[in-house]
Amino acid sequence: MLKTGAEIFAESLLKENVKVVFGIPGGQVLPIFDKIYDYRNKIRFVLTRHEQGAGHMADGYARSTGEVGVCLVTSGPGATNLTTALATANMDSIPMVAFTGQVATSLIGNDAFQEADTTGITRPVTKHNFLVKDVKELAKTIHEAFYIAKTGRQGPVLVDIPVDIQRAVTEFEYPETVDIRSYKPVYTGHAGQIKKAAELINSAKQPLLYVGGGIISSNASLELLKLAEKIHTPVTTTLLAIGCFPPNHPLNLYMPGMHGNYAANLAFQNCDLIIAIGARFDDRVTGKLTAFAPKAKIIHIDIDPTSISKNVFVNIPVVGDAKSIITELLKYVKKKNNKEWLKKISEWQKTNPFSYKKDSKLRPQYVIDKISQITKGEAIVVTEVGQNQMWAAQYYKPKFPRHFLSSGGLGTMGYGFPAAIGAKIANPKKIVIDIAGDGSIQMNIQELATAVLNNINVKIVILNNACLGMVRQWQELFYKRRYSAVCLSKPDGCLAMDASAKRPAAMIPDFVKLAESYGAVGIRITKKEDVESTLINALKIDKTVIMDFIVEEEENVLPMVPAGSALDEIITSLA
Amino acid sequence: MKHTISVLVENKSGVLARIATLFAARGYNIDSLAVGETDDPTISRMTIVVNGDEKILEQVEKQLNKLIDVIKLNDFLNIEHIERDLVLIKVKADKNTRNEILQIVDIFRAKIIDVSVNTVIIEMTGDEDKIQAILNMLKPFGIKEVARTGIIAIARGA
Ligand SMILES: Cc1ncc(C[n+]2csc(CCOP(=O)(O)OP(=O)(O)O)c2C)c(N)n1
Repeated sequence: MLKTGAEIFAESLLKENVKVVFGIPGGQVLPIFDKIYDYRNKIRFVLTRHEQGAGHMADGYARSTGEVGVCLVTSGPGATNLTTALATANMDSIPMVAFTGQVATSLIGNDAFQEADTTGITRPVTKHNFLVKDVKELAKTIHEAFYIAKTGRQGPVLVDIPVDIQRAVTEFEYPETVDIRSYKPVYTGHAGQIKKAAELINSAKQPLLYVGGGIISSNASLELLKLAEKIHTPVTTTLLAIGCFPPNHPLNLYMPGMHGNYAANLAFQNCDLIIAIGARFDDRVTGKLTAFAPKAKIIHIDIDPTSISKNVFVNIPVVGDAKSIITELLKYVKKKNNKEWLKKISEWQKTNPFSYKKDSKLRPQYVIDKISQITKGEAIVVTEVGQNQMWAAQYYKPKFPRHFLSSGGLGTMGYGFPAAIGAKIANPKKIVIDIAGDGSIQMNIQELATAVLNNINVKIVILNNACLGMVRQWQELFYKRRYSAVCLSKPDGCLAMDASAKRPAAMIPDFVKLAESYGAVGIRITKKEDVESTLINALKIDKTVIMDFIVEEEENVLPMVPAGSALDEIITSLA
Repeated sequence: MKHTISVLVENKSGVLARIATLFAARGYNIDSLAVGETDDPTISRMTIVVNGDEKILEQVEKQLNKLIDVIKLNDFLNIEHIERDLVLIKVKADKNTRNEILQIVDIFRAKIIDVSVNTVIIEMTGDEDKIQAILNMLKPFGIKEVARTGIIAIARGA
């Protein structure tokens, strides 16, 4: 039967089993939105307040489920507003398909109204993108877009659809399979390499598993646990891998790197073998590269060959899917006992665990500690960026994978709240909490309307330190406490944040009133003793709730490896 | 070290930009780049000549391979291959110099493809060395313009 491009779009989404689309309409996607109206009982459309919000929601949906997140926006400003969300997903290898309207094919290149070179602008921040120039190509292109997004090293794919293509008609036929001759992702690892890796593992005395987001993308948590236990090897999980290894497991070394666990960082520096899986030796993890893991040989398992030997020399590369390679590896590795090595590590763990002052003050770490206890690590925690993110990573102990969502590679402030909305829509039975700074939350605060109007019950925990805390921390430690443009509560960006210049009486914004103005619940917490009860009560409210925790302003994230220092030059306390 | 990289790509719009962006994003200057259809009209061959840091280049080549539209990539560094570049040279030439220029053209087995009152246009194919040599010989007469295709290359044998 003949169908319009817009109908083909909707039918194709059904074929891809898409249940939710996030976005905002506009002039160049009206034909598609007219179909969104027809298909409203089959595909839920969530109208957001900003396209960046739509993109992060699709991302949160994808991260929390492993399914492809989908968003739909108009041409020009709609597309440019989306770019930060695409870049965020691209850096963290998150499967997403973004659709953008485009001016009619006859007008492309004419600086037409609301025209932007969307494929040009988004090329470096997507895994791939398409401009559809013929309606006959539309179904095939959509199928390829989903296929590319969710296979190999996953990532966001954008499909730009000119408005005349949306109106044009053709025979609809959704291709059964995808065959892209130039794109054949490799999943199974090279058998010889796997055997070599196993030999190296069998002879190592002080091995360390260093795992990243790849474990989560490949749903390989169980296999990882089996491997770690069989070879009796501690596991350090990067920011993107938090939750893929059970908390409180004796082999869990938690997050490594700049604000990572002391024991994990020392383990890197002292180990004789790194088994890296789905991790990419990011500079926030390795510290000073020339001093990184001086005694270690490296096995690197990754689905993306470009990640291998990019930053460090790798002795044994294995290209392929984490789950399948670990499963193979398990056949060749011998059961081991690394008691001596683990004893050394537990000493480090005992001398310098993540810790903060347990006094009467309302400290941000305490709030997260409590969240972790109250939710038993079963809530999906999403973070913004800055100190809040690092404290969440240090103190929230998720029991499962896909329960800690954070913008790792790009470090996008404003990611958390919309991503939390996306995660909640995908997991309506789960508690979903956005841990935020008072800076970051203001970057996508408009999505309160989306949350409240659609009854999306997410909890926002603001660790309100009245400043751009992470930047302030750097200025305190490396710029002689010259606070430049970091204060969020005073007119001049407060050059001095000293005690005499405390917060003004009026808070701008007053997050409680702000919440109320959107029809959400707002609660302010100023005392440590109120933290626990407030959290317990707030989690019971079936509404969007903002909890505004007024925390210590000059609290620092520790430990810290200063930029450019080696991992063992880690600072664990400040004078 | 100079690398001649031959890339088979989908013959689609935007592919050139994707490839150029990869080099540009890493501050890599492309010495020459030639694109043309192959015997299969859906596939183009790009021949890219670059010069620079080996480690970065290794990364760029991996990234190129990763591009969805790249079908196959060959770095000819250690592969026996043939390289050719076509050059058009417009040289000042009058009654007095024309003969001398003709002799040079003959020696290089080049061709004169256009003549005007005070210029000639010479066409020649060859590798980098041969092209440099003829340009050096012609310089004293006054070179007005040079256009080159950039190197195209193909591996020898099977
Ligand atoms: C979009 C964006 N702009 C700027 C930055 C740089 N940056 C990193 S952390 C930070 C401060 C974050 O402040 P806040 O959200 O209040 O969190 P806190 O560090 O106080 O917990 C800034 C400005 C960023 N990461 N993202």
